[in-house]
Amino acid sequence: MDKELIMQCGDELYEALSGRRTLRPFTERFSDISIEDAYHISLRMVERRVVAGERIIGKKIGVTSKVVQNMLNVHQPDFGYLTDKMAYSQGQEVPISELLIQPKAEGEIAFILKKDLIGPGITNADVLAATECVMPCFEIVDSRIEDWQIKIQDTVADNASCGLFVLGDRAVDPRKVDLTTCGMVVEKNGSIISTGAGAAALGSPVNCVTWLANRLGEFGIPLKAGEVILSGSLVPLEPVKAGDYMSVSIGGMGSASVRFV
Amino acid sequence: MNEPKGNLTQSQIEELAIHLENAELQAFEVTKITDDFPSMTYQDAFDIQWEIRRRKEARGNKIVGMKMGLTSWAKMSQMGVEHPCYGFLADYFAIPDGGEVKHDELIHPKIEAELAFVTKAPLKGPGCHIGDVLGATDFVMPAVEVIDSRYKDFKFDLKSVIADNSSSSRFITGGRMADVADLDLKNLGVVMEVNGEVVATGAGAAVLGHPAASVAMLANMLGERGEAIPAGTFIMIGAITAAVQVNKGDSFCVRYQDLGTLTGKFV
Repeated sequence: MDKELIMQCGDELYEALSGRRTLRPFTERFSDISIEDAYHISLRMVERRVVAGERIIGKKIGVTSKVVQNMLNVHQPDFGYLTDKMAYSQGQEVPISELLIQPKAEGEIAFILKKDLIGPGITNADVLAATECVMPCFEIVDSRIEDWQIKIQDTVADNASCGLFVLGDRAVDPRKVDLTTCGMVVEKNGSIISTGAGAAALGSPVNCVTWLANRLGEFGIPLKAGEVILSGSLVPLEPVKAGDYMSVSIGGMGSASVRFV
Repeated sequence: MNEPKGNLTQSQIEELAIHLENAELQAFEVTKITDDFPSMTYQDAFDIQWEIRRRKEARGNKIVGMKMGLTSWAKMSQMGVEHPCYGFLADYFAIPDGGEVKHDELIHPKIEAELAFVTKAPLKGPGCHIGDVLGATDFVMPAVEVIDSRYKDFKFDLKSVIADNSSSSRFITGGRMADVADLDLKNLGVVMEVNGEVVATGAGAAVLGHPAASVAMLANMLGERGEAIPAGTFIMIGAITAAVQVNKGDSFCVRYQDLGTLTGKFV
């Protein structure tokens, strides 16, 4: 795709996000769209958000489970950007009708960095050494593509289908918790709907952050001290609507909850 | 499950116990017994299981513990049943950590990551709850159950599976023991790997909301027959992860949050 078309697609996505509208999948309109094209579209979309006053505060990793990778027929994760406007706190209400289109909730572990990580050549040891703390978190994914009819290029272009995120009530030193085996329990409106453990995301959430640091290194983009990194879902996605209450607890890490209005 | 009456005669119960135990011992599939005995009740189903247990004890086998089955909502809906069930564990079911399970002795085995409770005080239902269970628990340890329904294609209804000792066949214990006070049992994570690949993950809450709830339910179900769980009983709580089919040559490793790892191999 040429630069002009990439800019145009990024602008369309930004308009769809702002106007809470969906677009036809790019993969239907442009049969030759590559994953690299899609990342450039996402950069344009994020650039529009920054121009409008949002600040980038972190990154998210998506497509980390085997089930989702097989569904999208890709064998690597993807990533998107987090802005300050997407950050919600424990207990805060999320107004779906003002912000989101077709949201789904996923339970994740958030990493808060204390040092920059600049790939390539980043190892798990580097990631752990650069992690200030880990926190339980909900990512509320959302798609600007109609009916979530996404191929990998569509979701990459759409900022990895990021909507917003809710950080929990505790921050834990990564030395104090086994990130591979820590269990996750997700409840919706008081019923347990799913459980999982750290290894559900690429074998370990640390693997996910390492992958991201190295992948971003290819674009010359660092993970920066102070950034929030969402490391990927450990449980299946759950559609949510106004009135729903979700909570996630992680063994050794605490919990996060969110109410949709 | 409150059907106090049985519809089968004692000789039918004995025949069905022989039929199902032979299928277990000789590793062959049978059709589910409710096909031939549609009028059988839960009482009949448990009577058949207890008759299989009596036969093993008469032969000199020891009963070394109890197990709960179908304790997760996912599993109940997968199997199309509406209530958990229990079974017993015989001495020859036990495989040590790092040990070998002989695939030829089984029909179509699957493995499930579980936890086991060992009691230090008796538990007797009805009315047994999580608090009673935690108070009566000596320690918790990791366990993997090898389930092997004797029914064709692993297809059954609740009565048939109860009669078949709730698909019990082998179990492996290992890792570390821990006091319940030192564990967050609801959020305790489990990662199952087969041949080095992560195949399933889960957390304790997958079992009836809390692992101890499964032991409480066992005490309450046994209470319906006037039975209790004596001190010193080993109890497996049911699957935290989905059941995964295993083939000859497969090895598995299950990692538990705060409880170490457990490994085994199918030969």
